[in-house]
Amino acid sequence: MSIENKEFKPKIVAFCCNWCSYAGADLAGSSRLAYPADVKIIRVPCSCRVNPMFILRAFEKGADGVILCGCHPGDCHYSTGNYYTRRRMSLLFSMLDYIGVENGRTRVEWVSAAEGVKFSTTMNDFAKTIHSLGENVRLGDIRCKN
Amino acid sequence: MIQDDIKKISGVNPYKCMKCGKCSASCPSFNEMDIKPHQFVSYVLNDDIDALLKSESIKQCLSCFACVERCPRDVKPGNLIDTVRQMVVRKRGAELLSPEEVTQLLDPELPQQLLVSAFRRYRR
Amino acid sequence: MQRIGVFVCHCGSNIAATVDVERVAQYALLEPGVVHAEDYQYMCSEAGQMKIIEAVKEKNLTGIVVCSCSPRMHETTFRNAAKRAGINPYMVEIANIREHCSWIHKDKEEGTEKAVILARAAIAKVNLNTPLVPGESRVTKRALIIGGGIAGIQTALDIADAGYEVDIVEKTPSIGGRMSQLDKTFPTLDCSACILTPKMVDAAAHEKINIYTYSEVDKVSGFVGDFTVDIRKKARSIDMDKCTGCGVCSEKCPMKKIPSEFNRGLGNRSAIYTPFAQAIPNVPVIDRENCIKFKTGKCGLCSTVCQAGAIDYEQEDEIISEKYGAIVVATGFDTIKLDDFDEYAYNQSKDVITSLELERVMNAAGPTKGHLERLSDGKHPEEIVFIQCVGSRDVTCRGKEYCSKVCCMYTAKHAMLIRDKYPDVNVTVFYIDVRTPGKNFDEFYRRAVEEYNVNYVKGQVGKVAPMENGKLLVQGVDLLDNRQILKEADMVVLATAIEPEAGVRKIATMLTASIDTNDFLTEAHPKLRPVESPTAGVFLSGVCQGPKDIPETVAQAGAAAVKAIGLLAKDKLLTNPCTAQADELLCNGCSTCANVCPYGAIAYEEKEINDHGIRETRRVAAVNTALCQGCGACTVTCPSGAMDLQGFSNRQILAEVDAICR
Repeated sequence: MSIENKEFKPKIVAFCCNWCSYAGADLAGSSRLAYPADVKIIRVPCSCRVNPMFILRAFEKGADGVILCGCHPGDCHYSTGNYYTRRRMSLLFSMLDYIGVENGRTRVEWVSAAEGVKFSTTMNDFAKTIHSLGENVRLGDIRCKN
Repeated sequence: MIQDDIKKISGVNPYKCMKCGKCSASCPSFNEMDIKPHQFVSYVLNDDIDALLKSESIKQCLSCFACVERCPRDVKPGNLIDTVRQMVVRKRGAELLSPEEVTQLLDPELPQQLLVSAFRRYRR
Repeated sequence: MQRIGVFVCHCGSNIAATVDVERVAQYALLEPGVVHAEDYQYMCSEAGQMKIIEAVKEKNLTGIVVCSCSPRMHETTFRNAAKRAGINPYMVEIANIREHCSWIHKDKEEGTEKAVILARAAIAKVNLNTPLVPGESRVTKRALIIGGGIAGIQTALDIADAGYEVDIVEKTPSIGGRMSQLDKTFPTLDCSACILTPKMVDAAAHEKINIYTYSEVDKVSGFVGDFTVDIRKKARSIDMDKCTGCGVCSEKCPMKKIPSEFNRGLGNRSAIYTPFAQAIPNVPVIDRENCIKFKTGKCGLCSTVCQAGAIDYEQEDEIISEKYGAIVVATGFDTIKLDDFDEYAYNQSKDVITSLELERVMNAAGPTKGHLERLSDGKHPEEIVFIQCVGSRDVTCRGKEYCSKVCCMYTAKHAMLIRDKYPDVNVTVFYIDVRTPGKNFDEFYRRAVEEYNVNYVKGQVGKVAPMENGKLLVQGVDLLDNRQILKEADMVVLATAIEPEAGVRKIATMLTASIDTNDFLTEAHPKLRPVESPTAGVFLSGVCQGPKDIPETVAQAGAAAVKAIGLLAKDKLLTNPCTAQADELLCNGCSTCANVCPYGAIAYEEKEINDHGIRETRRVAAVNTALCQGCGACTVTCPSGAMDLQGFSNRQILAEVDAICR
């Protein structure tokens, strides 16, 4: 980001599971359902592959929001992965909230391969929330700011 | 809204009903009722509460709870009837005992159920 | 350091219209490790792939990034191209700049900027990619079928006909299952035994099929292609090789008053018995709990009368261990217990029976020799009431939430058969809904009403009360007429809900196959993989997966067989190389990862570890790559960070995060 650019361009990292949410994002694309370009997707085999460390690292490196998308409960390709995600993230998010990363900056959503519309509206809504929260200052490594 | 009150007080979700008729099949007062137990559910769904308040059924129900016991969908129409009866009783507030009087009338011999329904009556 | 080539696809104008592909290629060249970048009209075309292959050869590339459509579309294409170019297929990463970028962002500046970042993330990942090689595991060309009902028999026949060895393990003394207990089958009304017995004989005679009756699965280890199973052959107390099946022993056995399981307790059997006349194998079993010889030590009559000398009171359970490539579960169902349904007086009156009991009553080989009569006094009934959905569609703790699926049809069948044979009997059916989807099914039900004048009443029965005159007072409701009905019935038949056979949970645990809250086995995908368990190499056949009738069971049995054959036909299995791997130096053997693994892929071994010069034996996790499906649940749960997932390693994902947030 150039310094002259005063407009806030949030950095949003989206982790999508390969089987449902990544395919949902593909469907949003092929249906031409727009969402902000601030959202960048990282493909993981299952939402349960997302280590809390990845999310902390994203915030450390200057991300303003992190969203995690997986299959709907009961539909996980690996049977139970998203249940682990749900538990792990509720713990992580409450800890992040405690140390000052607002709850709005983190989110878990269930998006199936058929829910292109849901993927797009979710991303629009999440980006809007991040816009209203502004730049994330907590956890950021100042060495990354130059 | 009165429909919501009924749902809240009775704890009944009328949408769970699959219209099997087990309640009416189990009801010993079926023939004396103008609105049958299974119909109570659809009356609540259709928000036709006035008809329920005026119905003969709320006087004829024996509160045997056979319908509550046997309902396969956990709808419990007996609780609905009981609730509507409560509504009618509450409307006639003046005829009621005051809460203070209730405690004076307490008797260890009294059935628990009577006590519970007395308290329910005075909750508002 | 990797030598990476970046290939940006125009996808005609699909990408090029909103992304400046040339600029993406230019920016990519600035990234670490990138030594080549180009853009082209259609990267996935043969010409496009040739460009990749040439660049690999010219520039000695070690990694490839393709900026194109979704990896779900062409990842395999580009991996194959890499293979053709002579580098490991797993050194390819795709940056999805079509579905996730050009198609959704109208502003070219914005789109290009995002495409550059997506490319950057893919490049960062490839920098850390390592060549991965799919593992190989061998396939034992033998299948195990658990359960010898129609599902198991059909699956076994189909697999055996394809030329593979099959073992059937059946816990009762004979194969045949529930279908052998049925009298007639809907909607054709052909006799169940007449169509089942030939199949049982075929299975027994098949040179590739080996049947273990009166046996149970004790232990399962191993994985797809290479299972080891311990089978417990329960002591039959008969030498199967010597027995001629003459039946004299059962005839002479003095202990004759034991309720027959086959007749659902409506008739009796002796302590030494074959469950039914057409049993396969036709070899009796001594029921040791009821046998006088085993209880008191006296008697031994069967041994005296057996001319073949086949009786062996000393026989013990035998455990055989066998290897299998595939396992098919076909454990079937039972009807639920009716103890909680007091209102139907099932435990009070002999004339209130379940539909499965009625099958035995109607059957010529049953307790009444096929005569329809009241079990209390043997009188001919005049009024019969059928009650549907007894325990089905019931969310309370008494019943089952699901629809048992077969009851509407068999009740129509029973009603029709009774009206056909005994036109003087009145038949009333109380139903909630009549559900008859299926070929010729609704026609069948309508025939029961229109031709056989069965009285269908929309409503339920609230109470069945035995009366002093021996009849049953049935109080039900007719919802369409809004009136209560009181009927004096001679018999009441309950369409009792079905549930999975009791032992299935134990079997599922041994197989690490998942099971739902109703104890039905879960399929790998409810629509697209309906006969496979999520556990590789385990297949599902029949009602163990969900309620179904005979045609559906046979169809599923065939499908399960085909899936098993597809597995057995392979000499070796290629496994997904993106599997978890434990760092033995970091692992502390805590078992946390094994607990979260849905596939039972993690075991522990005592291993000598050289930890920076210190040699010691430690308990460490070992991932079985043939079983691991690569979900990554273990990698996150590991408290010491010893677990990592190949192809999606912590470092790779962190590099992507860094590249995006840069």
